[in-house]
Amino acid sequence: MTGIVALYIFMLAAFTGYEVIARVPVILHTPLMSGSNFVHGIVLVGAMVALGNAHTPLEKTIGFLGVLLAAGNAMGGYVVTERMLEMFKSSRAGRPRPGAH
Amino acid sequence: MSAAPAASLLGTDTLIQASYFVTAVLFIVGLKRMSSPVTARSGILWAGAGMLVATLVTFAYPGMSNYPLIGAAIVLGAALAWWTGKRVAMTNMPQMIALYNGMGGGAAAAIAAVELYRGGTEGYGAATLAVVGGLIGAVSFSGSAIAFGKLQGLIKRSFRFRGQQALNILLLAAALLHAVLLAGHFNDSPHVVTGLFVFALILGVSMTLPIGGADMPVVISLYNALTGLAVGLDGFVMHNAAMIVAGTVVGAAGTLLTQLMAKAMNRSLGNVLFSGFGDTGAGPVGSVTGSLKPIEASDVGVMLAFAQKVIVVPGYGMAVAQAQHKIWELCQLLIDRGVTVRFAIHPVAGRMPGHMNVLLAEAGVPYDLIADLDEINAEFETADVALIIGANDVVNPVARTEKSSPIYGMPILNADRARNVIVIKRGQGAGFSGIENALFYLDNTRMLYGDAQKAGAELIQAVKAAG
Repeated sequence: MTGIVALYIFMLAAFTGYEVIARVPVILHTPLMSGSNFVHGIVLVGAMVALGNAHTPLEKTIGFLGVLLAAGNAMGGYVVTERMLEMFKSSRAGRPRPGAH
Repeated sequence: MSAAPAASLLGTDTLIQASYFVTAVLFIVGLKRMSSPVTARSGILWAGAGMLVATLVTFAYPGMSNYPLIGAAIVLGAALAWWTGKRVAMTNMPQMIALYNGMGGGAAAAIAAVELYRGGTEGYGAATLAVVGGLIGAVSFSGSAIAFGKLQGLIKRSFRFRGQQALNILLLAAALLHAVLLAGHFNDSPHVVTGLFVFALILGVSMTLPIGGADMPVVISLYNALTGLAVGLDGFVMHNAAMIVAGTVVGAAGTLLTQLMAKAMNRSLGNVLFSGFGDTGAGPVGSVTGSLKPIEASDVGVMLAFAQKVIVVPGYGMAVAQAQHKIWELCQLLIDRGVTVRFAIHPVAGRMPGHMNVLLAEAGVPYDLIADLDEINAEFETADVALIIGANDVVNPVARTEKSSPIYGMPILNADRARNVIVIKRGQGAGFSGIENALFYLDNTRMLYGDAQKAGAELIQAVKAAG
């Protein structure tokens, strides 16, 4: 990947992120923040490669912590986002009983 | 990327790159679907599938070792997060997002640290990206940890002292000095790498400590965007397209989301970061005239039962009392009687924008009965009853009129324009900001004192009794 191509990817990805979120209603701000929090859990693949190439005890320790934290980011982000979005229902889809949860 | 000469490795490499491409597409489609309530649920499934593909295929990455360590770290981190994520109450969701986000920032910093200690960043470009990614990731890590501690109630007070901004600038300068030494390859020694991360971690702590609890959602959102950016920068260092795309998309989306939140709270980002309104609330008590007029639940029940239109204004007080289920039960009774019921949500109801919607959704309230400020404000004039439950500052008309008030200029819900206003409130104290609420003293306002859950139960009985 040459530098200028990488720069193009960066620019296009930035606009994509902006456009995808641009018209989101306030009711989804919290779940969406949580969802984007999950998406940067992709740091896990980088942490895996970093630990996979670590040699000294120091590198291995930091790499281990990196993978541990990244896995927590990805899994935690997924679980809480899924829990929140699961509850969003329209009244047309049948009204759930009160207190049922 | 190391050019693997073996033909078999080239095949693996193509598979990995193709999988990362699919992951990037799944992430973007998933986020797009998450931005509409109708498709939001499927959005997280799409993104989750992308994450699974990327994680599995990375085990086939050429030239890796330490597989037992990798496996153990993934299992341990994922299990801990799964366990905490399943257990957390919906009211505590904001701080959990902060916690998981901080973990991502820490991981981004760790990647940069391994690369820098290993001397794996040749050339000025890669070194600069690693240094900046590591710096941002470390600030996001320690800053998010403080944000978590504050919202969770582990850190009770805000630490402010003279010269705090100067200290932050000094810390930033020290971190940047180490960054320049590393990026320019003037001094690559491990001590300099350590120094960079130490100063960055302290900076994250000292930046976040003075910020008040009310502003914390904006800060969490900002750190979310920063973590995304750090991940994107690390992606350039690792030549990993999935990380570049996902990190940058989140960086941009998170920045926009931060601006939207700050706007919804009537605050600018600079204001949040560099001033301390968030939880001071020592504003002057407005000169409010009139008296508080109490009312009995049975009278409110009759009023609600024979109304045409009722608008419910829930606040964080309702969520604290866990009254949303009772209130929804009450509203269903009213709907069955033919009353039009709407829920009016102020952007800062709950602890972050959209949080109240999550809490109502948990109780089973369909989202199409819920309206935000712009949609509902004109409707209050045609409402027979505005039912205020545990909300205070967001319905205080002082925000429209009194220039000296700290909440002056904040957009409010026009509950005072409804024909009757019923306020369910625990006691006679002032609101979160300590400001007296003029709404409570209006001629058309009645106060129903009591715990929101108990009041809800009484109102249900009263509406049933109304026949």
